[in-house]
Amino acid sequence: MTDLTADLAGIRSPNPFWLASGPPTNTEYQVARAFDAGWGGAVWKTVGEPIVNVSSRYSSVDLGGRRMMGLNNIELITDRTIEDNLREIESIKRTYPDHAVIVSLMVESKREVWHEIVKRSEDTGADGLELNFGCPHGMSERGMGSAVGQVPEYAEMITGWVKEVARTPVIAKLTPNVTDVRPIAQAAFRGGADAVSLINTINSITGVNLDTLVPSPTVAGLTSHGGYCGPAVKPIALNMVSSIAADPEAPIPISGIGGIEKWQDAAEFILLGSSNVQVCTAVMHYGFRIIEELTGGLATWMESKGFETIEDFRGKTVETVTNWNDLDLSYKVVAEIDRKTCINCKLCYIACEDGAHQSIELVKSKGEFWPKVMDDLCVGCNLCHLVCPVDGCIQMVEVDAGKGDTWKKRMAKLEG
Amino acid sequence: MRKRKLAPKLTPGEAKERWADAHPPFSHDEYVHEANRCLYCYEAPCIVACPTQIDIPSFIKKIAFDDLKGSARTILEANPLGGSCARVCPTEVLCEGACVYNRWDRPPILIGRLQQVAMDHVFEEKYEPLPPEPKRPEKIAVVGAGPAGLSCAAVLARKGYGVTIYDAQEKAGGLNTYGVAMYKATPKYSLREVASIRKLGVRFRQGVRIGNRIKVSDLLSGNAAVFMGPGLGKETRLGIPGENLRGVMPALDFLEEIHVKPVDTVRAGNTVVIVGCGNTAIDAARAAKRLGATNVIVLYRRTENEMPAYQKEHDEAVAEGCEFRWLTNPVKIMGRGTVTGIRCVTMKLGAKDASGRRRPVPVKGSEHTIECDQVVYSIGQGVDTTFMAAIEGLKTDRKGLVRVNAESMETSVPRLFAGGDCINGGKEVVNAAQDGKVAANAINEMIKNAKGVPHDRSHS
Repeated sequence: MTDLTADLAGIRSPNPFWLASGPPTNTEYQVARAFDAGWGGAVWKTVGEPIVNVSSRYSSVDLGGRRMMGLNNIELITDRTIEDNLREIESIKRTYPDHAVIVSLMVESKREVWHEIVKRSEDTGADGLELNFGCPHGMSERGMGSAVGQVPEYAEMITGWVKEVARTPVIAKLTPNVTDVRPIAQAAFRGGADAVSLINTINSITGVNLDTLVPSPTVAGLTSHGGYCGPAVKPIALNMVSSIAADPEAPIPISGIGGIEKWQDAAEFILLGSSNVQVCTAVMHYGFRIIEELTGGLATWMESKGFETIEDFRGKTVETVTNWNDLDLSYKVVAEIDRKTCINCKLCYIACEDGAHQSIELVKSKGEFWPKVMDDLCVGCNLCHLVCPVDGCIQMVEVDAGKGDTWKKRMAKLEG
Repeated sequence: MRKRKLAPKLTPGEAKERWADAHPPFSHDEYVHEANRCLYCYEAPCIVACPTQIDIPSFIKKIAFDDLKGSARTILEANPLGGSCARVCPTEVLCEGACVYNRWDRPPILIGRLQQVAMDHVFEEKYEPLPPEPKRPEKIAVVGAGPAGLSCAAVLARKGYGVTIYDAQEKAGGLNTYGVAMYKATPKYSLREVASIRKLGVRFRQGVRIGNRIKVSDLLSGNAAVFMGPGLGKETRLGIPGENLRGVMPALDFLEEIHVKPVDTVRAGNTVVIVGCGNTAIDAARAAKRLGATNVIVLYRRTENEMPAYQKEHDEAVAEGCEFRWLTNPVKIMGRGTVTGIRCVTMKLGAKDASGRRRPVPVKGSEHTIECDQVVYSIGQGVDTTFMAAIEGLKTDRKGLVRVNAESMETSVPRLFAGGDCINGGKEVVNAAQDGKVAANAINEMIKNAKGVPHDRSHS
């Protein structure tokens, strides 16, 4: 029997899918709907001294007719009072005792202010705290959010202040707007954080309106850079998650965030070391009901793989991510085109010819020219396999299993 | 004696519904979605399948990029009649039939509908995507304002030549204006294309039948070159008794009436028999059904396997309620003054004839009568031999079709070019458009290179 129960630093939830802090977790009404739909947990929209938001707030990147491949926002933390938020958090926790309810926090960088908000938040009965060290717009100009998350010393100091009074697990939410996320994770760990969550949104301008010449979202003829999220950012998030999971100096549980829209995305985050995942854009796009496809798909896949619990596969992929210098230079694959399923669009041909290694020729057969791989020239780059529109038509076939000949070994031999 | 019955009268609302555009324009969302479905094949088969070789992946990518003007330019560079072809091309046997998606058992890209998006944009926004080059002194005459003539005139006008088109009809456009199935393209679409070509500086002399007062030889002496695209002559008559009864007519006349009068004023018979099974016959059958005919019966002396019509046209006619009677040949039209029925004989297929098809032979004792109120026939269209014979030195083939050099469209008469139905016996608008374009380019070459047409002069 597949068990989807997840545990992040002692915070248990019926499944690994939490709503990330954001517009979907702004009110008790929304979070109740989400829990009824089947979400395992929710990180409340960041609580702090109420702010004023602008209108408009979001913009997106469409790709090939698909809406919202990437979503950008310039919305700030909650614009509701601390009292209203905490009262609703208390109520929701009472109604849904088995679901994870986390309070996301962002206040000015003063020890006593943090102490006070931590105590008030924990009085609601919430299961844990998430420190918003990631918000990249607006709040960062006021010395909060990513302004904290970009400086390891600040992150460590504030985490330390929180840990002085916190009784529940503390999660530090990290910004991806750094060259290397590991020092920040290490700092949070040193400060006593029980977990990290990442990624927050990425600094972005999604595009310029070519009629008005102003980017979106437009506020009275101007815009401001926003935070980017949605399916487009997943690869960046996966890399950051896996780098922390493999970092011996940051041995800390991870809550994975960034473009999770399908159950497959969640499985990948968990394989690369996440204990659970957080979702926001997919809900903003499709509503809370998408949880059914997420949990259902994940359970079916786990069953097919023989994984009974999340822990059975968490981090299983981390060790396959290595340094380039440790890759086997003698291993080789070549492309193989299946003529039976080929529709002869020749996208593989032109991609290889202009964009790669000139290893596909056009050979005449039955009055038509068909693409054919020249095995001796093919470097096994995968490009043709990637552009081919037909599933399974171009396969990469192993022609040399490799002899463990890495760059590192070659260099060692030269130096030795 | 059976009394002739007319089809029930349609209200204007019913008529409007029945004659609705078979290809309503795509919305922005629809065309972006469809354009993005295109794989942008390299050396795409759709280009090869297009008689004018439009760079289809490129015009579709431009639509996907919201560059409708660039898209229209790509279309018009290859096909000056891109607007009407978008609506009337049998895309299922041309570009869309060649789409690689067919191999993948997926619906092909709706290339015609996308072309319509780009071309509608041109006509609705009223701009010229390919403005003419500076004026040149040479004059060119074009005989016939049908697709071949319009295409030739458009290309030459864009190159700066002074072009005059002579056409016998009241309105220009040829069969695009008078003959195309109205649910594919109403005369409005043909006429706005004509207007765009007029805007390029082409002069239209409507109502002038060349061969009467003005001869082709007159045009040749007054112009640097002459292109003729006169189309074909009258439809071949049935050659059976009763052909002159009221209610018996060739399909092109039947279709023309719908084009020149409001459709809700045209009355078809209650039962209409169509003789022949080519694409024009099916256009007539589907038109009769739309006019309200209760029964439309198509007679063909061979079977579905041999019919010249496109399968899609046949299938759509069946779906609209037309009945097909195969191996049925008319021998006499019955009636006194007005048609009341058609006497037919059942056929069976015998040995193969010269065309490679099995020859139909009558079955003895199989004569029968189909009661009807109208007979519309379309069994072929010949060349206007009188017109051709009057042109001194013009070579034609056994069927009377004009022989041209396939590279230049030049006839056996120097500086006289020809294209469209008069050289191919009746093909698509897109074939005529290609002929006109090829001829225009050859005329341009010939003039620029005053020594003559730079191709060999052997005639195909």
